[in-house]
Amino acid sequence: MLEYLLSFLILAGALFTFVGSLGLARLRDFYTRLHGPTKASTLGVGCLLIASALFFSTRSEGISLHEVLVTLFLFITAPISAHLLAKAALHLGLTSLAPPPEDKPRR
Amino acid sequence: MRHRLLPHPLLTLVLVGIWLLLNNTFAPGHVVLGLILGWAIPMFTVRFWPERVSINRPLLLLRFIAVVLWDIVVANLAVAWLIVGRPQSLRPAFLAVPLVLKSDLAIGLLANTICLTPGTVSAQLSEDRRFLLVHALDAADGDAVIAEIKRRYEQPLKEVFESC
Repeated sequence: MLEYLLSFLILAGALFTFVGSLGLARLRDFYTRLHGPTKASTLGVGCLLIASALFFSTRSEGISLHEVLVTLFLFITAPISAHLLAKAALHLGLTSLAPPPEDKPRR
Repeated sequence: MRHRLLPHPLLTLVLVGIWLLLNNTFAPGHVVLGLILGWAIPMFTVRFWPERVSINRPLLLLRFIAVVLWDIVVANLAVAWLIVGRPQSLRPAFLAVPLVLKSDLAIGLLANTICLTPGTVSAQLSEDRRFLLVHALDAADGDAVIAEIKRRYEQPLKEVFESC
């Protein structure tokens, strides 16, 4: 029973990570490409980490809590890198599908 | 004096928790070592964290975290569907979200949350800290997205970290 749950989680994780990377190829400008890897991968990595925590908690003695930390660090760092990439892209004025935000109140 | 010796009690607790998780143990020796680290690190990094953090409504914070986790799952599915579906029909947009939050931590957490929930990336904070520029992957109705962000994420953050 556990094997089925674990295989499901791992496959789902792999699928979401793949879709995240697929976004890089299919989306058309820098800003939208940014969404694929930073986003669809949160759920993908989440599934893989839950599977890992379950596996090591049941196979070895004691529960495995490293995965909680990985999740925590991932959720802290991934948005920061996405934010910095977007900020750098704005600064460089990369071409964008969306109307650039010059008309918006910026400062 | 208390402020100098123990500038961030919450940070201390978090650091002890992280230390124990890193070592995957609750042995007394590691608890003591974690407490020493949790006491020393905030003292040496106090210059980077000038404001004292206070959580006004812990239960609301837990509820907020649950809402965000749920949104991550739902929105991940939505973004995956958009990518697999027809990327040509996306309507990306830059949105300026007006902020009512004032503290660094609350704004940082809001920007972080916006990045974590798929479909939106926070791109820039205006210099006067009154607008957060957000890039949305598919925003047919920009105002609705802004209202959603303000209602779901900004309001609870304001109640938790800034007394109102």
